[in-house]
Amino acid sequence: MNLIKIFLSAFLIDNIVLMKFLALCPFVGMSTDVNKSIGMGLAVTFVTVLATSVTYPLYYLVLVPFNLKFLQILVFILVIASLVQLVEFFLKKNVPGLYASMGIYLTLITTNCAILGVTFNNISYKFNFIEAIVYATGTALGFMLALVLMAGIRERLRSSPVPKFLQGTPIIFAATSLLAVAFMGFANLIK
Amino acid sequence: MNSLWNTFKKGLIIENPLLMLMIGLCSSVAVTTAVANGIGMGLAMTFVLVCAELVISIFRKLIPNDARIPIFIIVIAAFTTIVDLVMQAYFPELSKAMGVFIPLIVVNCIIMGRVEAFASKEKPLTAVVDALGMGLGYTWVLIGISTFREILGNGTFLDKQLFPDSFEPILFFTLPPGGFMVFALFIALNLWLKKITGRTAGNAIVSEKL
Repeated sequence: MNLIKIFLSAFLIDNIVLMKFLALCPFVGMSTDVNKSIGMGLAVTFVTVLATSVTYPLYYLVLVPFNLKFLQILVFILVIASLVQLVEFFLKKNVPGLYASMGIYLTLITTNCAILGVTFNNISYKFNFIEAIVYATGTALGFMLALVLMAGIRERLRSSPVPKFLQGTPIIFAATSLLAVAFMGFANLIK
Repeated sequence: MNSLWNTFKKGLIIENPLLMLMIGLCSSVAVTTAVANGIGMGLAMTFVLVCAELVISIFRKLIPNDARIPIFIIVIAAFTTIVDLVMQAYFPELSKAMGVFIPLIVVNCIIMGRVEAFASKEKPLTAVVDALGMGLGYTWVLIGISTFREILGNGTFLDKQLFPDSFEPILFFTLPPGGFMVFALFIALNLWLKKITGRTAGNAIVSEKL
């Protein structure tokens, strides 16, 4: 029950893009069409879960016993950066088909603050390992949901009349704002 | 002297990292519910930016080109850790209000972008001036957005009550959607500024760098 709660709250109520303001750069940059945003969403989900399952044990088995908590930022960012590189090499060599469709997104992921944010939150929310994995999955899928919704909105925007002063980037943020209003409706989903 | 001034001032509007380059967006919408948070985040960011650009510019000839990205990340992460620990120790409330966004300075594209595009090629003094300009450009936008949001959404400025009790604050502006909306208006304002000043060169140069 608790796990479902964590998942839903990460997925909808505290949606990482619309409520927590993480990963806005890829959100604006990658939501130009639906297929692209699904690809990006899947890549992020994969790396987030992987990063969580590596950084979480690392923090509790290495950093805490050796009293190195202050190295958390440094260690986490390096782990994620090298993890992304490894995944990239692995995919390139073994699954070239998947690499071709996912490759471009992978390099962008290193500086995706959602992933680093999730690994920090896992620690500061004091989750256990299973909860951390569920939280990571929910958050990443929430990112994908926001991205796909936004891509849909942007496709519609292209054929709609937009006030002149809002044309371009401003209208994207204005639309995001309205999407966030809709997501606030989920606030009381879990008591 | 003149070129230093130009380096400094381009961060303020022409190449403003938030409004023009559209990088480092997350923290700018997230922490700007109150002016104090905006100032704190702006200063933290400026500190990391100045230190990172200074260090990397000093060592720019020693850093091997192939390994530069990991080296940049380590330098930035070190200064972010310093800021994080200092804020936790001396400004616990501010640090709590900004939560995960202080550690996340490390992946802020503004720093990485400036270090890569500027500090790794220029002399230390120029790099510091550039960092100050960019940091200040970031800070003023943050203060602008948060002033708007705090006054309308909470009826206060730096925690001082501005209106009589009968004023009903517009809650929308302190909530997440309000942040996006105010930010949209700020970009619109800046695009308009850019149009009337007739400057379009800034964007092209930087998108090529990144």
